[in-house]
Amino acid sequence: MLKDITLGQYYQTESKIHKLDPRVKIVATLLFIISLFVADNFTGYVIAAAFLTLEIRMSHVPLKFIMRGMKTIFFLLLITVVFNLFLTPGTALVHFWKLTITMEGLKLATMMAVRLVFLILGSSVMTLTTTPNHLTDGLESLMNPLKKLHVPVHEISMMMSIALRFIPILLEETDKIMKAQMARGADFESGSVIRRAKNLVPLLVPLFISAFRRANDLAMAMEARCYRGGEGRTKMKPLIYRKRDAVAYLTVLGYMVLMVVFGKILF
Amino acid sequence: MKNEEMLRTENLTFEYIRRDEEGNVEGITKAVDQVNLDVKRGEFIAILGHNGSGKSTLAKHFNALLYPTEGAVWVDGMNTQEDSHLWDIRQNAGMIFQNPDNQIIGQVVEEDVGFGPENMGVPTQEIWQRVEESLKAVGMYEYRKASPNHLSGGQKQRVSIAGVIAMHPKCIIMDEPTAMLDPNGRKEVIRAARALNEVEGITIILITHYMEEVIYADRIFVMDQGHVEMQGTPREIFSQVERLKELRLDVPQVTLLAYELKKRGLPVPDGILTRKELVDVLTRIYAQQT
Repeated sequence: MLKDITLGQYYQTESKIHKLDPRVKIVATLLFIISLFVADNFTGYVIAAAFLTLEIRMSHVPLKFIMRGMKTIFFLLLITVVFNLFLTPGTALVHFWKLTITMEGLKLATMMAVRLVFLILGSSVMTLTTTPNHLTDGLESLMNPLKKLHVPVHEISMMMSIALRFIPILLEETDKIMKAQMARGADFESGSVIRRAKNLVPLLVPLFISAFRRANDLAMAMEARCYRGGEGRTKMKPLIYRKRDAVAYLTVLGYMVLMVVFGKILF
Repeated sequence: MKNEEMLRTENLTFEYIRRDEEGNVEGITKAVDQVNLDVKRGEFIAILGHNGSGKSTLAKHFNALLYPTEGAVWVDGMNTQEDSHLWDIRQNAGMIFQNPDNQIIGQVVEEDVGFGPENMGVPTQEIWQRVEESLKAVGMYEYRKASPNHLSGGQKQRVSIAGVIAMHPKCIIMDEPTAMLDPNGRKEVIRAARALNEVEGITIILITHYMEEVIYADRIFVMDQGHVEMQGTPREIFSQVERLKELRLDVPQVTLLAYELKKRGLPVPDGILTRKELVDVLTRIYAQQT
């Protein structure tokens, strides 16, 4: 049912990674991604692979689940590999018809592929082990320093969490409107692409009107419950660093040191 | 307790200004017109009226969501037009709206209930305490970890009520809380409202057009075209069946039956409200006649 869709792709289970503070996971993922682009040799990737394996093992998320994320980038991966393989100039390795595979091309293609795969796996582990709610909280807390630059951090995170709350409701509503319009003879399925896009108008107009009405109601309900922005607000579930978060930070730090030392120098 | 004033309006008038496309004033609609009413602490008040009678507009004044064009509103002794009292008023007079989906902010029941106290700056420890108390008061504690999307309409509305109770209000204004619910959901919500009134002593102002929901009220105000047309106890109001019909309002079925029987010549008293009352009266009449 539409009601049951989960956003992001949170995988519910008990694990040490799940329990970590979302801020740790966001920072770790960012550092991991940076490290992938810093490293440009074999040792570096071995270290990254080891780190990733450890992380996935500890997260208790089945590998099959994590691999699902790979499907979406398969074509991107394919294109990247093909372009790098054939279009990098250098010493020719294989030559057939008009295409040449060079030594440099092969190296670059492998590297790009590994980078992309690791990047997706790394960020999947974060989204699989953190609820969207926690992610929003973590982002808000991490972006807090930006408040000094007048970035409306609290408002952004409030908007994100409200959007998350209303997506299932609006999806259900879309479904309802669609059925109502179909019952009156609207056709969403046949015809050319342009025709079909045009047929969406009677779906989108009522949906937008209803979304605006909901927004208006919600704003009023929030004001009635004393909402007045982030100023002076307390948290029901504040983010508190625990010992395990410190351990995680240290592990990531250790990993970064390894990457910088071995990934760069030993080549 | 009962004699302290909770809420009072004085010549309250609110005008909607209708404008045409160029922004010229086309006309002025008085949604609320010269309303004077007062509510004592701990009372259960019902405001009746058909669509467009101004009852929702009136309700929004009690929570400082709208300000009077003329006249004034006092909530717990504070004038709603004084900005310095705004948040005290909104904390003291909680509000429940019609659509349960559009007033739940949290993605988990307990987070939604905690939203009000968070805004008020209540310390974390106490928020958890308040959330637990409030959810228990409306009988939704076992659903605290559930997603609001998985609840029924009546349950969602009870969560909304819990969200308001967690702010420790003295008064709760319910603006047609049952209009979008099925009969079971309606019963759940009304039961919760009555329990809060009787057990916690919270003043309830229930706005509705379902007659069955108001028979337990201490007092009823009937609105039409922005005016308060009738006020009194349920018995006083429902003994005037003809007058209610003029205002395009129904009466509870039992009351209507008693009224029709009286018209046919049976000595039935005015303003019968419950089935039990009618049965008692009828058995007595039957015993007398045989």
